[in-house]
This record gives sequence, structure tokens and C-alpha cells, in this order.
Amino acid sequence: MAETDGQRELSHRQLAKCPTGITGLDEITGGGLPRGRPTLVCGGAGCGKTLLSMEFVVRGAVNYGEPGVFMSFEETSEELAKNVASLGFDLADLEKQKLLAMDFVYIERREIQETGEYDLEGLFVRLGHAIDSVGAKRVVLDTVEALFAGFPNEMILRAELRRLFRWLKDKGVTAIITGERGEGTLTRHGIEEYVSDAVIVLDHRVVGQSATRRMRFVKYRGSLHGSDEYPFLIDETGFSVLPVTSLGLDYAVSMERITSGIPRLDYMLGGQGYFRASSVLLSGTAGSGKSSLAAYFADAACRRGERCLYLAFEESQDQIIRNMRSIGLDLAPWVDKGLLKLHATRPTLYGLEMHLAMIHKLTNDFQPRTVIMDPISNLSIVASNEEVKSVLMRLVDFFKNRKITSFYTNLTHPDQLEETSTGVSSLMDVWLLVVNVESNGERNRVFHILKSRGMAHSNQLREFLITDSGIDLVDAYIGPGGVLTGSARLQQEAQEKAAALAAQEELEHRRHVLDRKRQIMGAQVAALQAEISAEEEELQALQDKSKLQHKVAAEEREQLAAARKADAPESN
Amino acid sequence: MPNEKDYELRLYVAGMTPKCLAAFSNLKKICEEHLEGRYFIQIIDLLENPKLAQGDQILAIPTLVRKLPEPVRKIIGDLSNTEKVLVGLDLRERI
Repeated sequence: MAETDGQRELSHRQLAKCPTGITGLDEITGGGLPRGRPTLVCGGAGCGKTLLSMEFVVRGAVNYGEPGVFMSFEETSEELAKNVASLGFDLADLEKQKLLAMDFVYIERREIQETGEYDLEGLFVRLGHAIDSVGAKRVVLDTVEALFAGFPNEMILRAELRRLFRWLKDKGVTAIITGERGEGTLTRHGIEEYVSDAVIVLDHRVVGQSATRRMRFVKYRGSLHGSDEYPFLIDETGFSVLPVTSLGLDYAVSMERITSGIPRLDYMLGGQGYFRASSVLLSGTAGSGKSSLAAYFADAACRRGERCLYLAFEESQDQIIRNMRSIGLDLAPWVDKGLLKLHATRPTLYGLEMHLAMIHKLTNDFQPRTVIMDPISNLSIVASNEEVKSVLMRLVDFFKNRKITSFYTNLTHPDQLEETSTGVSSLMDVWLLVVNVESNGERNRVFHILKSRGMAHSNQLREFLITDSGIDLVDAYIGPGGVLTGSARLQQEAQEKAAALAAQEELEHRRHVLDRKRQIMGAQVAALQAEISAEEEELQALQDKSKLQHKVAAEEREQLAAARKADAPESN
Repeated sequence: MPNEKDYELRLYVAGMTPKCLAAFSNLKKICEEHLEGRYFIQIIDLLENPKLAQGDQILAIPTLVRKLPEPVRKIIGDLSNTEKVLVGLDLRERI
């Protein structure tokens, strides 16, 4: 853990710490448990006391070279070794290396008869021997309260316990003493009164049928500690505590843009897609294609060669892959390459804090650059809306701090589209909305951007199509008839096309008619001209005829005159 | 038929403390009275042999362990109450 100068100076003045090596615990405590002093770990049955203390000893031996003693009053060494073998702890090997001494203290009341004075020197001898045999720096007594079942004389026992804790302090070992939680007291037999330095309470709470493990420091004398409850996980790598407080708003922002996986959407978002490390919320009614958009985003991240964590709260990995194949998106290769991690859990599997803890852990392990949560609305099954909001706020901050782009889908009800059930929209940088619009007997998806911080974005509604070959955002028909989508849009478009076609045909027709008219007119003109020329010809013929007649008449007159010989012939 | 030393007893102590000394003398007396010639007492000082505490699951000091006859019985304390010791050693019926 990186420390600032201020923290280091502070921890100098505080008492020395003994690092536990348990993920998160050292961060909460500012370095670990109080060194050289006993710490009481208490909680109900099955809350993880034994595991916490075992990990303290094992990590001490493995990570810090500090040998330890584990004295168990409940389970045999073999049982313990078996129980923690699944966490990768090889107790037998540690014992062989002299890094660990195990001692199982068996108390059977029925075998014991009590007469007169006694003390627990035998316990001290055993513990002392175990400590000396490995040079232990760490000691666990799990759980010392079992002694109360074995020894009826409580007065002696209490005196001896007090002496034991004093003795542990004198030995300078850092000890964990576990105790079963009692009614109204931290431990059943009130041993917290002897351990005054640090008290950790583990809790395994069931809220709404799902369990959450939490840890709280009731007391940590001489040290700063968060008084919050911290969720913790027990998984195949052991114990991890998650300091999931809100991290504040001091993260650096990125100017880098990343694609949404859908070119048309990128274009709507100022042409370049989302900002890196921003938070994107996609709201939509049931079946509006939220998961598909999320899958496209995941695909785009993997195409860039970045790791993407897909947290599915509704569908299994195989189901998601199958469903995305149906729209032409194959996620399986990314899973095989290790770029995509599909983590499917039911929200009801465990409590909300546990989910948060889980997500933290997955993020730390997988180191994704993009995280998708699909859908966040399901989380409200296990917690109230305020809790969900608080958890999401912490998540958003956490992702932003890690420069992770986060994408959340949210199922909304049709009558409250522009509000998220958990009121998280104010936390989001980009808010997309897909709405099912019902009209003319069909449902169509309409997509728009409600907000997108820090970038120019389209205010247009788009029709959101999911086809065999993927997602498409097409222009919705916007005209005098309003926004039309689906077949209404197609119909409208067809109508307009038909109308245009009809107009075209009309024009052709007119032109045709005109042509014919022109032809007819031309023919008429030709006929008239023919008539005129016929008349002209007739006229000419008449003229010629009359000329001829004249000539003939003159000749005939001459002939007649000549014949009469009345006059001297005229010379003509 | 019964063995001469059919009572094998172990007394665990941690140094010669007054309690341990009292336990030893009380035990000696009870055995002489009730098990004359039939017992064998082994005293184990855990300060010298701390390892041995584990085997008989010793926590309280002093502890008397009846190894034989079986089953194993344990009596803790300075053995000052003879009746209880006899019950503990199965020499007297439990009330």
C-alpha cells in the first residue's frame, strides 16, 4: 500500500503494527494488528473467525517470515489442515519448515473430575513450548472460550485467562484470540474484558435471504481505524476485506474517446464515442436490447485488445454467447483469448455489499479496462434503493479511479422511463435510453441520448434495429405525422415513394400527350399546306388554261379574219 | 487374575508448587488406603517435559490421569476431596 508522508509520520506515532497479509485488512487498520498484543476476534458460528486467524498465522509465516502457533480448541490439526488446504495452505509443510506449530487442545468434560485447587499451568506450558519450538511471533487461540465448557470453576478460569493474556503480552507475541458471540455481549463468556487492545467483530448477516459477511473494529486502542462495517469475502484465495468507502471526486479525467461498438452511436456522441473512464447508463424497458448494446461495447473493447469484465446478473455465460451469436456477434473467441470475462451470478446469491466486494476482487484480479454490469436494476432485489445507490456510487468512483470505463444497464418501467428505479442517473456521465414504442399493433425500439456530459451529442431519436447481422440505428421517420417507426415508417416511406412515382408517371403521360398533340398539329399544318398548294396548282392551271384560250381565240380570230380576208393581215 | 499393579496412575505437575505437593501426598495416601500394592504412580513434571502435556491433553495442573484400567480418567485439582477422587478413579459408585 502506498503511504503518503503524512500517513507515515502518523503511523510512527502510533503503536507498531503487525501486518496480517490479509487483503484489505491492513489497509483498514493502517498496517495490521497491534504488534505484541492480543486481538480479540469474535462473531457467531461460521462467520470466519478460524479462517481469519489461520490466514494471519499462515501469511505471517509465508509472507513475513514470522513463525506462528495455532492452538485450536475446536478442531483437530488434521481437520484444520484439510479445511484450509483448499485455500492453498499446506500446513504440514509449514510445520516441517518450523514455521508453524499446531496444537489441538481437547477438552472433554465427562472425563474430568474436579477436586480442590488447580490452575491452568498445563496450558501455559503447552503454549510456551509451542512458541519456543518455532520461535513464534504470532499466536492464535481458537477459541479459548471452549475452556468454559471444560472447567466448571469459572473463578479459577477467569483468573487464569487474565493471566494468560498478560503472559502473551509479556511474551511479546501478536495474538488473535477468537470468541463466540454472546447475547448482548461480544463474546459468550465476556472475555473481551481481558483483551483491551483491539476487538474485531465479524458478522454474517442475512438480509432478505442473502447473507453478507461484514467486519467491524469495535476497538483499536492507540490507532486510527475506520468505524465502518467492511464487507469481506471468503473465497478460494482466502479472506479479503474490501475498504469500499467512497473514494471521493478527485480522479483525473481522460480526454481519450472509445467507441461504443456501434458507428452510428459514436456519431451521435459527437462522432467519437464515450470518454474513457466515464460511466454509461443504458436504460430501457424489458426486451429493448440493452444486453445487446452492452455486448457490442464489450466486443469493441476486446477488439482494441483490452480486457473487459462482463458482470451478468440475469443470464449465464453460455446464454449470453448464444444470444449474441443470433445477432451476429461472436463473443466466444474473446472469452477463449482471455480478454472477456463473463461473470454470471444471481443477485440473490449474496448481499449487496458482498456483490460489491466481489466486483472489487474480480476487478483487482482481472484488471479490466471496461466493466459492464447487466443489469443494475436487479440488485435492488437484495437491498433497498438507497443501499443500491450508495453501492453504485462507490463502484462508479472505484472504476473511475482505476480509469475503467463502466457500462450499466438498467431495466425501467414504461411509465417511469426517465427515472431510474435506483436514482443513479445523476452518477452517470452518459445516459442512453431505449424505449419500446407501441403503435399500429407493433412494438418498435426508439433510441436516444438523454445526456452526455462534456460532449456535443445528437438530440435525435433513432430507431434501434436488432437484426441477424447486428445492431443498427436508423433514422426514424420524422414528418408531419410525428415520429414513425417500424412498419409505420416503412409504410410511410412506401407511400411517399408511390406518390413520387405517380407524379413521375403523370409527367411522362403529359409529355406523351403533348407529343401526340404536336404530331397531330404538325399533320394538320401539313394538310393545310397541301390544300393551299393544291389550290395554287389549280389556280395556275386555270391561268394557263385561260392563257391558252386567249391564244386559241386570237388564233381563231386571225384564222377567221384571214378566211374572211377582210382586212390586211396584221403583222404580229 | 488381576495384575499386581493394575492401577497405572500419572500425576502431571509443573514444578514443586504447594498445590502439586499437596496433590502428590493426597494421592499417595488414597492409594495406600484403597489400592495397596495394586498401583503405580508416575510423576511427570511438565516444566521438564513440556512435550508430554499434549499426549494426555493436560491443561490444568495438577492433573491425575488413570491410564489403567481403561477407560482413561482424569481428575484435576489438589485431590483434597478423597470421596471425589475415589469416584473419579471408579473406586466408588458415582452418586
